[in-house]
Amino acid sequence: MKPAPFVYFAPQTVDEVMDLLRQYGDDAKVLAGGQSFIPTMSFRLAQPEVVIDLNGVEGLAGLREVDNGLHIGTMCRQRTVERSPLVARRAPLLAETMPSIAHPQIRNRGTFGGSLAHADPASELPAVVSVLNGRFRIRRQRGEDWVAADDFFISLFETAVGPEDLLLEVEIPDLAPGSGWAFQEFSRRQGDFALVGVAVVLELEGHVCRQARLALLSVGEGPVRAHLGEAALEGQPMGASLLQRVAEIVAHQDIDPPADIHASKDYRRHLAEVLTRRTLSQAVARAAAD
Amino acid sequence: MSTTAASNRHPIRLTVNGEVHEREVEPRLLLSDFLRHDLRLTGTHVGCEHGVCGACTILLDGAAVRSCLMFAVQSHDHEIETVEGLGTAEALHPLQEAFRDTHALQCGFCTPGFLMSLVPFLAEHDDPSEEEIRHALGGNLCRCTGYQNIVEAVRLACRRQRQGDAHGLGEGAVPGEMS
Repeated sequence: MKPAPFVYFAPQTVDEVMDLLRQYGDDAKVLAGGQSFIPTMSFRLAQPEVVIDLNGVEGLAGLREVDNGLHIGTMCRQRTVERSPLVARRAPLLAETMPSIAHPQIRNRGTFGGSLAHADPASELPAVVSVLNGRFRIRRQRGEDWVAADDFFISLFETAVGPEDLLLEVEIPDLAPGSGWAFQEFSRRQGDFALVGVAVVLELEGHVCRQARLALLSVGEGPVRAHLGEAALEGQPMGASLLQRVAEIVAHQDIDPPADIHASKDYRRHLAEVLTRRTLSQAVARAAAD
Repeated sequence: MSTTAASNRHPIRLTVNGEVHEREVEPRLLLSDFLRHDLRLTGTHVGCEHGVCGACTILLDGAAVRSCLMFAVQSHDHEIETVEGLGTAEALHPLQEAFRDTHALQCGFCTPGFLMSLVPFLAEHDDPSEEEIRHALGGNLCRCTGYQNIVEAVRLACRRQRQGDAHGLGEGAVPGEMS
């Protein structure tokens, strides 16, 4: 349970990080909060030759308002996001989700960007940032890119951040007026990885859904968007029977959840159905109150 | 850059329980092992070594973190508190006193981690609900005492804190402790 030896760099600027990434490429890994990365090193599932520590790099930990929302720096601690009045006001879905991520001891150290770039399919932030239409600012060896959430999450632990790239910050745009939102997950014990989780944002006009974004965690290789469920909502007046029908579509058509020691495929479908129905009703109620 | 690759040992300077320490460490050395082996502060316990059990919880600049999920080299210029800094056998910390009074520990292996997780919780909570207490304990595993008495200890410590009574006098006494 001890990590294999590595060479350690503690750069102070993004330019230095980029130079190191260019120099070491695939042999190097960047270290953010380390709450997932260090255990994988201790298990020796990861044995990078070079570790580039981002904790001393200037300018990566900010959390600021912009015209259309928030910009959250890749090294912003999860606990900071959780406790930010700015986040509570401009991104309430995010604020509601943060306490579900592991334990306070993990969130004190774990970072916003680190969790997203790690892209564990059981983690909350990828699903939530997906339904919030988040955008990712990635520094490449040549220039920068803004990547939409739908293009950011590629597969299991794989994102649009390449081996020589660095995720700089994430934009969380404001919700459209008349939006409702919700996040719920189920885990055996508080703080454990969820067996299933559901994040949803609904845009309503009166009782009719203009746009729906629904994503699930722990049911596939990344955050899984429920496109069929979304299509079944859009253009429809909201009502209990519709929400139940959508929950069934999501659980039985949108997802093909894995079975493992923690939950069978059927149980995950059951949870997905219940959590989808509950989050949808909550989102409808919130949209109506908006 | 803080070092050259050639030596692969890094000088660090950090404060632990108010005392400044300077050492040279290999980058792969976990903070938990540094505290135990290099500084001989063996009150920080190592259970799972992958961030699940919480036995190695310490305070990093006042915030509870798991010391097995940090490298010692990353503690350079930071301030750390371990269970050794909480109280002494003669003058226990109010939390330690509450743990003793409610029998919140049996083998004691998990206790340092629970205590260090609870120090910031108590600083922020005067009268937490049972649910809040249980959530606060969620990041620490106990495998022998059970959690009931630990919940009780937190309640007692909070009650004494509210009454400004750290020594267990008066109303703060455990129900049933004295007849």
